[in-house]
Amino acid sequence: MEEKEQKKGKNKYSIIIPTYNERLNIALVVYLIFKHLRDVDFEIIVVDDGSPDGTQEVVKQLQQLYGEDRILLRPRPRKLGLGTAYVHGLKHASGNFVVIMDADLSHHPKYLPSFIKKQLETGASIVTGTRYVKGGGVHGWNLMRKLTSRGANVLAQTFLWPGVSDLTGSFRLYKKSVLEDVISSVVSKGYVFQMEMIVRASREGYHIEEVPITFVDRVFGSSKLGGSEIVEYLKGLAYLLVTT
Amino acid sequence: MKHVLKILTILVAISAFWIGLLQASIVPRSHTWLLPIYFIVSLGCYGLLMVGVGLMRFPTCPQEALLLQKDIAEAKVFLKQNGVDVGSD
Repeated sequence: MEEKEQKKGKNKYSIIIPTYNERLNIALVVYLIFKHLRDVDFEIIVVDDGSPDGTQEVVKQLQQLYGEDRILLRPRPRKLGLGTAYVHGLKHASGNFVVIMDADLSHHPKYLPSFIKKQLETGASIVTGTRYVKGGGVHGWNLMRKLTSRGANVLAQTFLWPGVSDLTGSFRLYKKSVLEDVISSVVSKGYVFQMEMIVRASREGYHIEEVPITFVDRVFGSSKLGGSEIVEYLKGLAYLLVTT
Repeated sequence: MKHVLKILTILVAISAFWIGLLQASIVPRSHTWLLPIYFIVSLGCYGLLMVGVGLMRFPTCPQEALLLQKDIAEAKVFLKQNGVDVGSD
């Protein structure tokens, strides 16, 4: 099926969005995706980990509005982790490209066209959003958060030489086959998962391009970065040093 | 090659050079003995400098937060009209 679509010269983009208690955000994100991707063939795959707040009901209402072929709800019974959420969503993806993004509006769908454009221009296997170049940026971070972020970045750049400026960003576009290949070799969970994905892809020699994105920290709900994340990050860094 | 091996190779090359210097005694030995300390200190300085520069030039985007609020308001109006429940969070 993938080959057939590529022969026709027509790309389809499967946007995988993992959710947990994002009933308002998912509706807003879906609206914004449809607003900004007008002439593109795409589907949205919502992987909901059994949110108790009624996220799935809202997604069903969105299916009524936009069509069940455009929005796919592929729930799981409970919280099973981010990495497996992508694997789960990937199983149901019918596009030849896959976009992964967060539901919490820190990733604005208005950047989707620039991801797609960059991929078409360069033929890259992965296009990753970066907050740390001109045109990108972050809003809503205090000094401590910025300091942590810069420190983490300098450490990673010094020790891993990853070839990308933003390792932990998770707004990315992948060729479906590349995502399937890379994700199968990734073992990290949670925060380090995104870093391991891009480092492994880089080591395997995949062509990676970057586009600037802005990152507005969670509008609704609270951010999830604490001391344990820093420890996890350092562990992840050491793990990647010896395994990649 | 695992990445840690690349880094170790570089470290071994640097130490080999240092031992060479010690043996050849081109520069006085007391100076050569201090070189590893200089190396570590300058590495630390480099790290701190990079973090400092990164902090000072940290790209921020306050206007994006305002634009996002507009988008959210627009989305809410549309979704409410079309029967999607966006009432309470």
